[in-house]
Amino acid sequence: MTHLPLDQQLLDTCAALLLLLSFAMLSQRRIVTLVNLYALQGAVLAAATLLLAWRTGEDHLYLSAALTLALKVALLPWLLHRLIRRLDVYWDTEPLLNVTGTMLAGLVIVVFAFALAQPITRLASTATRSAVGIAVSVVLLAFLMMITRRKAMSQVIGFLSMENGVFFGAMSASYGMPMVVELGVALDVLVAVLVLGVFFFQIRERFESLDLHHLESLKEHD
Amino acid sequence: MNAVAWLTQGLEAVVALAAAPALLGWVNQCRAWLQNRRAPSLWQPYGTLRKLLHKEVLIAENASPLFRLAPYVTFGAMVLAAGIIPSMGTRLPLVASADAIALVGLFAAARMFMALAAMDVGTAFGTLGARREMMVGFLAEPALLMVILVASLTSSSTALPAITEALVSGHLGLSPSLAFSAVAFILVLLAENARIPVDNPATHLELTMIHEATLLEYSGRHLALMEWAAQLKLFNYVCIGFALFLPWGVAVGRIGPVGLLVAAPALALKLTAAGAGLALIETLSAKMRVMRIPEFLATAFLFAVLGLLVHVLLGA
Repeated sequence: MTHLPLDQQLLDTCAALLLLLSFAMLSQRRIVTLVNLYALQGAVLAAATLLLAWRTGEDHLYLSAALTLALKVALLPWLLHRLIRRLDVYWDTEPLLNVTGTMLAGLVIVVFAFALAQPITRLASTATRSAVGIAVSVVLLAFLMMITRRKAMSQVIGFLSMENGVFFGAMSASYGMPMVVELGVALDVLVAVLVLGVFFFQIRERFESLDLHHLESLKEHD
Repeated sequence: MNAVAWLTQGLEAVVALAAAPALLGWVNQCRAWLQNRRAPSLWQPYGTLRKLLHKEVLIAENASPLFRLAPYVTFGAMVLAAGIIPSMGTRLPLVASADAIALVGLFAAARMFMALAAMDVGTAFGTLGARREMMVGFLAEPALLMVILVASLTSSSTALPAITEALVSGHLGLSPSLAFSAVAFILVLLAENARIPVDNPATHLELTMIHEATLLEYSGRHLALMEWAAQLKLFNYVCIGFALFLPWGVAVGRIGPVGLLVAAPALALKLTAAGAGLALIETLSAKMRVMRIPEFLATAFLFAVLGLLVHVLLGA
């Protein structure tokens, strides 16, 4: 067995947990649980950031861990829960591909993502470079979730989870983005959720459902 | 020396035979406590076995010799498996004779005989149970093999004693890949032993039953052997779990009967904890629809493959 320092082991565990949570989200049909899983993913991400900050001594990482905790564990899930209650959507419909199929597709995607991240891993000099592959797979798995789901709500959660992946990727490849960019992205995500919330109400008013395949036809009756 | 080794091996098998009903009794007791029922005695499974062994055997008119043979084959396979698994010592003659893949094959052979015997008489329930049993089996097997593969990557060997020794002697840290495969193994254990999210071991004559349906035509000592084999199977799976993930207390190196005495309390302690954990899982989860079982086992497979990927790519 390899002998790694404890903080490295903890970071690897966090990375593995992120991947696991992505798969859990992929297989989950209840939207409330989906939001909780997203909050959990945010918490693991915050923990990983904190560990990395402590390990490398980069001060701005403490700030971004706090930002992650406030935004992705508290504020966004709260907003999403409120949206779910007001829109009265608790379940997604059966996804386009059944759960087993989605999971197997997810496995293929993870292998692909690891292959994709291999050159970056070789170039990067950070301690967490091996986690880049996991970050890429989190992004791609969230993408897969957005593709296979019909309800607008799950697609938004997929989008948010994708942002988690991007954040983790930046963190493990180069110890995080500059603070300005991070703040900008955080604000972007927040505004996106707020705007999409308004969007949901509009979509539901127009089609009496949050099923997005209604948006695929150009005219209402054809 | 050789004779001593075989004697120790025999003693280990006897311990497995004797402890298997107690493990089931303990799980049932814990479940009853968790569900606020009065618990049956720990020795209840022994009483049932004794009762069944004394009862007359009734066999359907159109049963073939296979039907009579199956209980002995199944029971024999499980006893042999109990000998192969390093539950107490790693340097025993049978333990060294087969690796984990052969062990999975042994379980598959026992399952095949049970399914064939269930279909032999030709009742609707038996056929249904056999089909479901095979469905669970063919989905659980790849997941189990994957789990063993992940564990064997840490020791570069598919032999269970080598894995156990590597784990006992190796520096042990947080290992996400082993954690993933442990979860996968627990899911496989639940499915293979007809425990609650997959099958309800407490019911007869229900449309959702899997394992019980295959035993409906058996009576007397045949039924006793089948039930004992099922208890041994649970014991064996738990012991495989110990060998792969919790090998502490297993005697490494040459041991005699005295060494077994040292290893026995550790095993008993681990079995007690595992039984309580199993009862907790069973109380907390609800029986799944049969159509959801492939999803459940696909999850197990996914966990195992994730463990493999994490091991290969993260090196942890």
